[in-house]
Parts: sequence; structure tokens; C-alpha cells
Amino acid sequence: MRVTITVNGEQRVADDVWAGESLLYVLRERLGLPGSKNACEQGECGSCTVYLDGVTCCACLVAAGQADGRSVDTVEGLSHHAGEGELHPVQQAFVETGAVQCGFCTPGLLVATHDLLARDPDPDDSEIREALAGNLCRCTGYEKIIEAVHLAARRMR
Amino acid sequence: MDFLSPTSLPDALAARAEHPGAVPIMGGTDVMVELNFDRHRPPALLDLTRVSELATWDRVGDEIRLGAGVTYSRVIAELAAELPGLALAARTVGSPQIRNRGTVGGNVGAASPAGDSHPALLAAHAEVELSSLTGVRRVPAAEFYTGPKRHAGRPDELVTAVWVPAATGPQQFSKIGTRNAMVIAVAALGLALHPEQRSVGTGIGSAGPTPLRARDAEELLAAELDWEGRADVPDPVAEEFGRLVAAAASPIDDVRGTAAYRRHALAVMARRCLAWAWAEAQGREGPRRGEG
Repeated sequence: MRVTITVNGEQRVADDVWAGESLLYVLRERLGLPGSKNACEQGECGSCTVYLDGVTCCACLVAAGQADGRSVDTVEGLSHHAGEGELHPVQQAFVETGAVQCGFCTPGLLVATHDLLARDPDPDDSEIREALAGNLCRCTGYEKIIEAVHLAARRMR
Repeated sequence: MDFLSPTSLPDALAARAEHPGAVPIMGGTDVMVELNFDRHRPPALLDLTRVSELATWDRVGDEIRLGAGVTYSRVIAELAAELPGLALAARTVGSPQIRNRGTVGGNVGAASPAGDSHPALLAAHAEVELSSLTGVRRVPAAEFYTGPKRHAGRPDELVTAVWVPAATGPQQFSKIGTRNAMVIAVAALGLALHPEQRSVGTGIGSAGPTPLRARDAEELLAAELDWEGRADVPDPVAEEFGRLVAAAASPIDDVRGTAAYRRHALAVMARRCLAWAWAEAQGREGPRRGEG
């Protein structure tokens, strides 16, 4: 089947999509957007977190057909409003604080953090932990990630 | 494999009748896992996310009609006052990403004994609305679950809503797992006090082939609670309540825990939920809004 999705503001079309295919597969393998990572395929790790019609979800748990005609925003779109060669403040904060080690979980954490700060510009540690509870990182121990969220929040206020 | 995408309830019911093997999908948090791991290859998916009739809730008299497509996030944000037990349970589901997509209706339709909604629905005396081209019927939650991942719905029916009496007393929910987020319950308990009927509702999760009620425990508590004076619950009553809740379960040993641990945990959760609920009934503290 054909699936048409507005991805990061641009209309994209994927053909010959299998009915049981996930949105994540369409993004990575058909639309050339490998930023959202494929790890657990069961919603456990959060590495594939994207916005679907403005609400965060795991792209691995959305059937591609469910996204047809809808809008999806991925980690690739985060820096669209930043200047040429610049990162989104959330991305910049992750880089500066050492919140990125192997980097595999980072795209999902960036989208989840972006969503948190849009709802709550000044979250405390427990609110950050709750908001990021669906994003697993096996490198950092999370302390640097929480530091990054606070730094991004300060700069975005 | 076909992808069926009805945009109205009549179309969805027609598709259900025409394709009895099609798997209904809403938030996808169960169904997509099965597909991603190739555990199941159904002839078709019946996507219900475009059926707008399912994505609403209404107050009808003393009940809330909760459409099958209402997400956990919305239950938490919009129904914590009317359905406090279900909202507490919803808070313990997965993660924000999962709660944004997962629905109570999907949880009910999947009918896993470990589903987080079931204990709260059983305790609140909820009913499941089943719809088909031939009509609509309501099945009490206590009769709905018939086996592991099996329920009383027919192949031509869809779970279209749950009807939950709006709370008239304290409700609590407790869940045991290895962490607060992303946990399939090792054991769970829902408790609802119904002061107007002077009755008690319970629901046990992850400790039997289906979600269960602890009827002896409910009767004991209904008879022993001081509904009028709201005197403290005597320790022996709380102990006996916990014992009867544990006795009502029929748990097994599996990868998440042993049967003995589950029974022990249920007795502890029963006493704790009772203490929290009765404190609220006595006006000693507000409804507990924290983690499960």
C-alpha cells in the first residue's frame, strides 16, 4: 500500500508498504531518516521516539498505515529552526554536558526532552526522570542526561 | 495481509463482521510487538484509530462511558476525579510514550491477566461494552475475562467502551514490579470502597489465568468497616482482608515471580491499599496520587 506522511513539515510518500510494517521501518528504510533508532521493537527502550500529530510515541509500535495522512516529527527535524550549522538547544546541551556516550539512545532522549520542555519549562529532577522513564540509556547512568535537560531548560526559558 | 482503515463505527463493525480474523489495533502497544517479532501474522489489521466515536468519553448519569480509543494519558489528565482507581492504574502503565498511545479499550480487548486496567475496572464494578452489526451489549468485567488473553466477546464484536460508575468513595491501586516504569506487573491490586452501597470492590492482576475478584475479602470488609463512624480499621480485620485477597488468587511460578511471592505481595498490597483508602475516607489525607 501507499503511505503519505508529512515528515518534519515535508510531504513524503512510501510505496509498497507492507500492512504490518512499522512507522519506524518506513522512516528508516524507505524515507532515509535513520535518526530514530531501531533497538527493542517493543516500546521498551524509547530510541525510536517521534512525534505523531504532536504527541510523542514509539515509532516501532505505530503501524505505518496508522500514520498515513498524519504528521510525524523526528529527531532530524529538531534543528530545523536553528541557524545554519547550529543545533537545537536540547541537542547542544546534550553535547556540552557529556550526556552522549555511545549515542544510540540519544535521538529518542532528545525528542522526549524536547516534548518535556515544551510542556514544562522548568522541570525538577523527579519530573525529568518521570518524563524520560521510557528512554533507556546503558552508558551514562542518566546523571549527565538530567544535567543536560536542566541546561537546555535554562537556555530556553 | 490487509490493512483495514474504517473511519466510522458502522464501517468498523461491518469490517469486523466481514473479516473475523482481522486483529483490531488501536495504540499498537501489544499488537505491533507481536508483528515486529513475527509471533503472529494475521490476515488483516483492523485499524480503529480513525474511528472518532471511540476516542471520546462522556458522563451518562452516574457512570462514565469511556470510549475504547481513549488513551491512558487522557484518563490521567481528564478522569482522575471520576475514576481515581483507573487513573492510578493508568499512571503505572509503561512510559509517557506508551501511555500516549495505549488505550483502556485495547487493554480490555487484549485481556491479558497482567493488564493494568483490569484490577481497577473489577474493583469499580465496570462493564465492557461490546458492539456488532446486530447490536450492543454490556458484560460485567467480572464475567468478561474467560481465560488468558481470552474474553467473552464474539468474533464479530468489538470492544467499543467500558462503563465505569463514577467513584463515590476512595479507590486505590498498587502494582509490584522491578521498577516504576515499563513494568509488566508481577502482581497488582485494585480496591474501591462504595460507601453508598456499603460494599467493597477488589481486582487482582497477574496472579491467575484471568484478572480476579476477591469476593470473600470484599464481603469481610463490607461487613467489618465502620461506614458510619469511620473508626480505624482494627489490625486483625486488615490482616484477614489481606489473607483473603491472597487466598482468592491462583498464581503460578514464572519468569517474573513465584506463586508464593505473588500471594505474599497481594496480602501486603491489600493491607496498604486499605490503609490508604480508609485514611482518605476518614479525611486524614487526600487521595494518593503517587506511583503505584
